[in-house]
Amino acid sequence: MDAILLQFLNGLDKGGAYALIALGLTLVFGTLGVVNFAHGALFMLGAFCAVTFNKLLSLEKVVAHPTEKTAWGTPVEIRTPYVEAWLGDFGAFLVNYSVPFSIIVAIPVMLVIGIVMERGLIKHFYKRPHADQILVTFGLAIVLQEIIKHYFGANPIPQAAPAVVAGSADIGAWLGLGDGLVYPWWRLVYFGFAAAVIAAVFAFLQFTTYGMVVRAGMRDSETVGLLGINIQKRFTVVFGIAAVVAGLAGVMYTPILPPDYHMGMDFLVLSFVVVVVGGMGSLPGAVLAGFLLGILQSFASMNAVMSIFPGINQIIIYLVAVVILLTMPRGLLGREGVMEE
Amino acid sequence: MSKLTMTRRGLLKAGAASGVALAAPLSFVRGAHAESFCNMPTGSTVTLGFNVPQSGPYADEGADELRAYQLAVKHLNGEGDGGLLNTFSSKALKGNGILGKKVEFVTGDTQTKSDAARASAKRMIEKDGAIMITGGSSSGVAVAVQGLCQEMGVIFMAGLTHSNDTTGKDKKRFGFRHFFNAYQSGLALGPILADQLGTDRTAYHLTADYNWGWTQEESIKNTTEGLGWQTANAVRTPLGAGDFSQYLTPVLNSGADVLVLNHYGKDMVNSLTQAVQFGMREKQVNGKDFQIVVPLFSRLMAQGAGENIKGILGTTNWNWSLQDEGSQAFVKSFGQEYGFPPSQAAQTCYVQALLYADACERAGSFEPPAVIEALEGFEFDGMGNGSTLYRAADHQCFKEVLVVKGNEAPSSQFDLLEVVKIVPRDQVTYDASIFGGDLGPSDVRKC
Repeated sequence: MDAILLQFLNGLDKGGAYALIALGLTLVFGTLGVVNFAHGALFMLGAFCAVTFNKLLSLEKVVAHPTEKTAWGTPVEIRTPYVEAWLGDFGAFLVNYSVPFSIIVAIPVMLVIGIVMERGLIKHFYKRPHADQILVTFGLAIVLQEIIKHYFGANPIPQAAPAVVAGSADIGAWLGLGDGLVYPWWRLVYFGFAAAVIAAVFAFLQFTTYGMVVRAGMRDSETVGLLGINIQKRFTVVFGIAAVVAGLAGVMYTPILPPDYHMGMDFLVLSFVVVVVGGMGSLPGAVLAGFLLGILQSFASMNAVMSIFPGINQIIIYLVAVVILLTMPRGLLGREGVMEE
Repeated sequence: MSKLTMTRRGLLKAGAASGVALAAPLSFVRGAHAESFCNMPTGSTVTLGFNVPQSGPYADEGADELRAYQLAVKHLNGEGDGGLLNTFSSKALKGNGILGKKVEFVTGDTQTKSDAARASAKRMIEKDGAIMITGGSSSGVAVAVQGLCQEMGVIFMAGLTHSNDTTGKDKKRFGFRHFFNAYQSGLALGPILADQLGTDRTAYHLTADYNWGWTQEESIKNTTEGLGWQTANAVRTPLGAGDFSQYLTPVLNSGADVLVLNHYGKDMVNSLTQAVQFGMREKQVNGKDFQIVVPLFSRLMAQGAGENIKGILGTTNWNWSLQDEGSQAFVKSFGQEYGFPPSQAAQTCYVQALLYADACERAGSFEPPAVIEALEGFEFDGMGNGSTLYRAADHQCFKEVLVVKGNEAPSSQFDLLEVVKIVPRDQVTYDASIFGGDLGPSDVRKC
């Protein structure tokens, strides 16, 4: 029972990340009709917003020690973080909470990156075949990750969760299942965060006039354009929002998975499978498939399952995708006409 | 009937022409004869090939390896402070290159992929004229490049490779390894595990699913089971899995009280970080504190894992905190050049470059069979791991192995591993025949 509950929670976490990335991918595909292979790179850039913010907060004043020498004969460096020197306990608090505070930095940065990416490159490929879009966005993803590698190196850079949620939650005691059942606090936070962001995106599209126009544009951009609305401008903003969603998913994921330059690529392929299984262009489909596949993948990793089907955890997502697409060619919640011309 | 007449001028012309005609092919033939083995140096320089991961998950280690090689070239050419040339027990190297030829180098990117590593090694041999290939940061790469070097008749001085297979079943006459291996890790770690964790434990292995992971799992399992430990399970994880949570949660309910992470590089950083997040450092199982063991440690990995490595046991080939004369000389030389201490990958690569150069000097030739003979059974000291033997039977170095622990109170950002014990060479020496394999011939070959 404990094992099943833990794997279920793992699945929710992983599913949360898949759903957030797939949500952005679907937004871009549904509005602009662009297959954006650079979306994983946006997830990675979000994570490096957190890394950069943390590095800025951790900048240290370096002074040479008057007498002590290193093993290689140079003076030992005395390092004092500027933030703590200037702001005392508040400075330490800022460093401790650098990951959640990175959100404040990541939102405008990712919005600008998204808009610049769309205006500077993607818009020139609207009328081109999907293969061209895939090639150019994949190329962009490689360029972005090489830039990150150049400046941050290839090794993962761990980011600490705030001390208050750095440990494990005693969920066994909460549910009356005994003491031994614990789960990392931050993963619970991540799941809650993913759910909140998904809800916010849906609320924006569902309950605001801006979102309503965007949804109308997703259905029939030509008619919306004829009504005198600059739908293209709104789609650019939507691209920016998709970038922000991916970026925030990346920021909050850093205490779970120390960010490195390749993390976007690791998630990208799975997220595309999620989008296809959910149904191309369907936002609820992307979210549903994200959680479904995350949970299935997690359960497939249980020892009991692995002992019967060795390696099943690595192919379960693709197996499910094959079965769903054979039985439901448009995916779980796919709309008629999308990618079917 | 025409009369054949020969003037003096005509005779001179014909003689000159014949001389040129006869000499021309001779010059080609002479050149061909001159290269009696692959990339024999004929000019005033000799080229070494440094094949390191410049991209991919081990790129930071590759960068450190390359720094070490550049320093080695500097020292071989008589520049800088001479580094380990000053402490090396062999005094054959004079700081005037190798056999009087200035050392030059070319580099390749292994990308931590066997096929890419083979391709770049081949390019360095065929196009750049590298007489020796060295480097790498993966056993898969080492085995692949070693095989290529055997085929081409070029010496391969392996970099960071810890699989038993490199000098075990896949050993080659042209391949040499200074780095220690998984079997030696097991031999060194066993007594410390028994001493610190007891002999009544149950281990759960998570293992990187490739050559190195398999041999390390086997070695550590044999060691711990030899101590009386049980093995709850051994689960293979894909290389670069990223999120290991789905593999970690079953550990919590397996009855195991020790988690052995047969992971390296990025995988180790991630799996260890996540294991700590799952509360494994605070957990109590079977009435004992739950423990994590990382059999192969490195400072670069420790930097990645941050606070999580504190108190965790493992082994390492070399650490910059060692106080012997050779280690200190290398740390000083490397630190002054780059501003930070060298990693174990840097140390092993630097030493390999010097050992190759020294073998050429002692052999008095670049000819591979002579160099192989000079390395086989060579015993030396002053390079940082005490008295060391390059065993002839399998080309594995035997020297002290370090058991280390994540430092609880580091004094600097580099002081991450605390040496718990320096295990003497005789305690990590084993019978060469246990892993099988065949070194093969050392025939001279042209490339």
